[in-house]
Amino acid sequence: MPSKVIPGLKYTKEHEWARIEGEHATIGITDHAQAQLGDVVYVEIPGAGGELTQNKTFGVVESVKAVSDLFAPLSGTVVEANERPVNTPELLNQDPYGNAWLIKIKIKNTSEVGELLDASAYESYLAEISK
Amino acid sequence: MTKRTPLYAKHIELGATMMPFGGWDMPLRYSSERAEHMAVRTAMGLFDVSHMGEIMLEGADACALADRLVTNDVQQCRAGQALYACMLNEQGGIVDDLVAYKISPDSVMLCVNASNIDKDYAWVCRVADAEFRGEAVRVANMSDRYAQVALQGPRAPALAERLFGSPIAALGRYYFTTCALPFAGSPAGIVARTGYTGEDGFEIFCAPENAVALWDLLLKEGSADGLVPCGLSARDTLRLEAGMCLYGNDIDDTTSPLEAGLGWTIRFDKPHGFVGMEALQKQKAEGIKRKLVGLELLERGIARHGYAVTAPSGEPIGAVSSGTFAPYLEKPIAMAYVDLPHNQIGSEVRVTVRDRPLAARVVKLPFYKRK
Repeated sequence: MPSKVIPGLKYTKEHEWARIEGEHATIGITDHAQAQLGDVVYVEIPGAGGELTQNKTFGVVESVKAVSDLFAPLSGTVVEANERPVNTPELLNQDPYGNAWLIKIKIKNTSEVGELLDASAYESYLAEISK
Repeated sequence: MTKRTPLYAKHIELGATMMPFGGWDMPLRYSSERAEHMAVRTAMGLFDVSHMGEIMLEGADACALADRLVTNDVQQCRAGQALYACMLNEQGGIVDDLVAYKISPDSVMLCVNASNIDKDYAWVCRVADAEFRGEAVRVANMSDRYAQVALQGPRAPALAERLFGSPIAALGRYYFTTCALPFAGSPAGIVARTGYTGEDGFEIFCAPENAVALWDLLLKEGSADGLVPCGLSARDTLRLEAGMCLYGNDIDDTTSPLEAGLGWTIRFDKPHGFVGMEALQKQKAEGIKRKLVGLELLERGIARHGYAVTAPSGEPIGAVSSGTFAPYLEKPIAMAYVDLPHNQIGSEVRVTVRDRPLAARVVKLPFYKRK
């Protein structure tokens, strides 16, 4: 069953998504990511004020079996961290694009947005890696 | 190249996420591993465990060889009795943990871990050649001749009664019997009241060509009462909650059963001893320096294999061997080797998770015990 890809979001090959809203971006993990992980049991994300550097790890999502790093799609400063997936990790499996968004950042360098995949490029990437 | 069990196509059909384990392509999970885990605790689950190995010892010296190979006492078992034991090297390290099935005084089957089949078979042959040369025992690696499924959970006995009849459902814990499997052709099978989940249940051995029929029958007849297929992820969280060791994680050829809390499997009074006994006696005399304990984390976080364990002072005292977030108990649990005296129940320790020392406490094993 192909995983859900939302049009209008930006994506990375590490299976994070970013919703660009002017100078800010909301960041989370994709449906493909949560399906690969299995039941999520633990989420660790930076709080407000935390700094992200594009392509570097900014947190961790743990499933029953494994620890998975979260890779920053963009550089920036965290303005809000979402308590909901931290308190109820299974929300990441149920609603990865909605209620289980992870952090909201102020984008440091808008030119980095151009390096992200759009929805159809991410879909093609998913098809490629599923072969 | 990874091997496939006779049930491979079933797992694909059921949409399992597959993963390589011990050289086999096995189902990790079918749906939610938490749901699979909970099914075993509250209803029942079905596992493909065909990857496990079977080594047959046959002949007048079958029990004598088995008794030299393992720590526990096979000779004093009744026919139809199964025994959990450790097989040791001369240094007292664990070559494998296994279940020995005493089929008769002349026939013992050792069920061994998938990842150790070749190693174990070579080891058994080596001991047989050294100590029973040309004598009355033959060793055979029968792993390719057996498929195996595990039916585990509180509703398993009722399903077993319905399908196999009362004598099977009435089998005592760690007893087994051969029987006719209840489908076309009535092929032979072995039903054992054993398991690796901490629940009541059965492990059923059959010829590979009968595995699919057995699997289909169990799922068809058990689904209405909550039977679901379960993968290796649930198998791991279930056994860890039940305080059972996983070879490669908690025990290996550098760990002694005395350190691993498996002293209860050791019979020092066997008339001919066993390989590794002298090493264990020496360890006992000198005193064990570290022990495998259960830990509960007191802060948010999950302990994993290899994470450092320290005293509250920061002094290194051991390492985590297995850890997870326990689905039924809903807390982070772990097994770890810690230096004495930190193994005392109630000891405060720290587990280093991504450079942060998280508070944890030594607790009694098992974490979970069925009523």
